[in-house]
Amino acid sequence: MKHVRYLVPMGILLVLLYFLWAGLSLNPKEVPSPLIGKPAPMFSLPRLDQPEQRISRDELRGQVWMLNVWASWCVACRQEHPLLVQYAKQSKVPIYGLNYKDERAAGLQWLANFGNPYTASISDRDGRVGIDFGVYGVPETFVIDREGIIRYKQIGPLTPEVLRDTIEPLLKQLNS
Amino acid sequence: MRIILIRCFISLTCALAGASALAAEALSASDNPVLEARVQKISSELRCLVCQNQTIADSHADLAVDLRRQVREMLQSGQTEQQVIDYMTARYGDFVLYRPPFKALTALLWVGPALMVVLGLGTLFVVLRRRSRLADEAFEADDNDAPHDPHLS
Repeated sequence: MKHVRYLVPMGILLVLLYFLWAGLSLNPKEVPSPLIGKPAPMFSLPRLDQPEQRISRDELRGQVWMLNVWASWCVACRQEHPLLVQYAKQSKVPIYGLNYKDERAAGLQWLANFGNPYTASISDRDGRVGIDFGVYGVPETFVIDREGIIRYKQIGPLTPEVLRDTIEPLLKQLNS
Repeated sequence: MRIILIRCFISLTCALAGASALAAEALSASDNPVLEARVQKISSELRCLVCQNQTIADSHADLAVDLRRQVREMLQSGQTEQQVIDYMTARYGDFVLYRPPFKALTALLWVGPALMVVLGLGTLFVVLRRRSRLADEAFEADDNDAPHDPHLS
């Protein structure tokens, strides 16, 4: 019975250790977006390949779609790209690219070199639409539903695991 | 020698790049000192999400430059400082605020330290009170009550 009083500090220590462990396993670079569950911000931007044509948010309503933020200067985008190219071949969900703070020629060259998984890319030259989407770490990927609500945001490169375990089930659920 | 030269070159280029970044920033800044002071004030309340321990006023990250421009434009168009703060939190969440608001999610953050002090003082108080009620026999004798120690004399 006397040992019980020694168990109390031990217990407190274990709780604190748990918090430390949980804190260390979180990634501080991944800030939860307040935009999840909210309507995608308004935009109307020129297409990267045909600047005289514009694509706006409201045109994309009525379908489930993904928005992938990329740039030719972005190293992690390059790492993610083959996965997107492969995914676009097998998936029916349209992927739109937001070419973020990039030169048009550099962006087009990049797509020519590494493949184009996008239904279309739109060009956000000065990064204003990026700010509206709360973009801070390219690449980022958003899943947007039929009503135009943002349902998921991936910060940093997509991985096969994220696609398989999170995005695929979500897309299935949204499309059913 | 060669290494030293290369190092000089690198630091010189860095310095030049920094200077040109400052120059570009100065160009986009308006020549209205009152406005700039307000931009500076709000910017130093906002966290740069790219380099998380800097405010967007301190940071030279691309995003910070863009966000300062955004703040400046919003103020120029007559919006209040609260509107600018709301604009930023709507996009990046409470995490952009160096002084997060008090609400259910952040309660532990604000109350936590005070709670720890209260708990600690409370425990100390209870322990001291309990001891003060103990009989003298419960304590070890002090040294001066101890029998004569030949080694000390």
